Amino acid sequence: MNFSELKVLRPDLAFIAHWIKQGAHVLDVGCGDGVMLDYLQTDKQCSGYGTEIADEQVLVCAQRGINVIQQDMENGLGIFADNAFDTVLCLSSLQMMKHVEGLLRDIARVGNEAIVSFPNFGYWPHRTALLRGKMPVSKALPYEWYDTPNVRCATIYDFADLADDVGLDVLECVALHEGKPITFLPNLRGSLAVFRLKKK
Amino acid sequence: MEECMSSIGIVTPQAYRFDAPLILQSGASIADYTLMVETYGSLNADKSNAVLVCHALNASHHVAGYYADQPKNIGWWDNMVGPGKPLDTDKFFVIGVNNLGSCFGSTGPMHPNPATGKPYGADFPVVTVEDWVRAQARLADVLGIQQFAAVMGGSLGGMQALAWSMLYPDRLRHCVVIASTPKLSAQNIAFNDVARQAILTDPDFHGGDFYAHQVVPRRGLRVARMIGHITYLSNDDMAEKFGRELRNGEYQFGFGVDFEIESYLRYQGDKFSDYFDANTYLLITKALDYFDPAQAYGGNLTQALANTKAEFLLASFTTDWRFSPERSREIVQALVDNRRKVSYAEIDAPHGHDAFLLDDPRYLNLVAAYYNRIAAELA
Repeated sequence: MNFSELKVLRPDLAFIAHWIKQGAHVLDVGCGDGVMLDYLQTDKQCSGYGTEIADEQVLVCAQRGINVIQQDMENGLGIFADNAFDTVLCLSSLQMMKHVEGLLRDIARVGNEAIVSFPNFGYWPHRTALLRGKMPVSKALPYEWYDTPNVRCATIYDFADLADDVGLDVLECVALHEGKPITFLPNLRGSLAVFRLKKK
Repeated sequence: MEECMSSIGIVTPQAYRFDAPLILQSGASIADYTLMVETYGSLNADKSNAVLVCHALNASHHVAGYYADQPKNIGWWDNMVGPGKPLDTDKFFVIGVNNLGSCFGSTGPMHPNPATGKPYGADFPVVTVEDWVRAQARLADVLGIQQFAAVMGGSLGGMQALAWSMLYPDRLRHCVVIASTPKLSAQNIAFNDVARQAILTDPDFHGGDFYAHQVVPRRGLRVARMIGHITYLSNDDMAEKFGRELRNGEYQFGFGVDFEIESYLRYQGDKFSDYFDANTYLLITKALDYFDPAQAYGGNLTQALANTKAEFLLASFTTDWRFSPERSREIVQALVDNRRKVSYAEIDAPHGHDAFLLDDPRYLNLVAAYYNRIAAELA
């Protein structure tokens, strides 16, 4: 998996990838199909592991040849030692967690840096949906209120507060839309919030 | 993964004779010995495609295929090993070895002790997982295999694969450990000892020298196997298969077979006592009990695995209460601490410990994906 392939498949991941150092030891929490680790392994000589709960995703990871450990993120990162990783990724999965705060604390425990992304509920179409009296359904949030896996709704400002609480400094915060950073009114115009964090 | 894949077909075991004494972990030694071996597929030119499959308690070198004169005697991992199967014999040269002390042709307690000319019986030295691995390494030497593409096993077989990664880190590239554990729990040992006591207290056991008396401690073996079977199945699986079903539709108000589960366990016990050796049962359960590679490192499994070089695949089954997922996770954690390449799947299967021998597509597809990668490394 090279950079241009990643950019086509997942522009959001392609944007994030430049924050990860060459040869870093990486944990990808909720790694899905393992595409990010696949890229980091082949293009940046990174090592590390993905964790994933879904059987079909674990199989895809094994087919790709990345190290995948099947486990439920809700149970924390107990099998990983303190400060074990240069960078911990938690990309587009935090909003599905019941125990967000506990997981973030664990991410801070096992990693030096962390990169966290989640759908920004402050994105303007979501706000207008609410103004119309309906829960937002969009390309970024393609679910009805009754079947969404996204049980945690946060805006960019909300997350910054929690990051501070669990011992993470915000190094950078970027709002992406379709993989491109939004600089003007990011909490309004960015559908995906991305935080680059460092342990205090 | 079903009909489309064929069995390897007719296979033939081979005996390998070893004349140099094998010094065992206990300090005892075996002067000379035979190992029964089956191989499937062909060894490639640079001898890089060999996979060793290690067996568990009551299995053997007969991993796949069947014998010409016994078409119903199908290898114990025939669903895993064969042409087009997860461990594909079109790509890999697969080796099954019957371990020392077992009762399927390799030297064991039923064979004559060269010192006395009589069957070893209770005098057969206690062998450990590490002893088996050293004997397997000698076989690899004879076959000219310097490094295995993978060493693989389930349960007690997984312990052997794990021991390979520690004892001979340069001699395997991959280590596949299914439904296994880094050591037995007190509960595991307790079950093993109840099984041993059943054998040891059977009047037909004769202190292990029952061969001379031309009897078999059948009652002991039967109870041992019944206990074993309880631990191989999950509570849910047993409830689903047998529930409280009655053999004859109504209570018999006696101590014969009332419930289907009783009938099943007795049948399994009877069948087992027809073919398994009582001394072998004692030896193999002891090997299970003694396995604890972390012991030499003050209980630190991370240190025990520090010199490993292989890449690992581990899998466990959620309803396996004999070697539960927690036990596999201990191994994963120690490997992660050492930054080893490791993948781990926790298969949500209802069949308890036995699941490692069954056809769960999530499990078999994962193993297939892993071996496909190994095959790609060969090319």
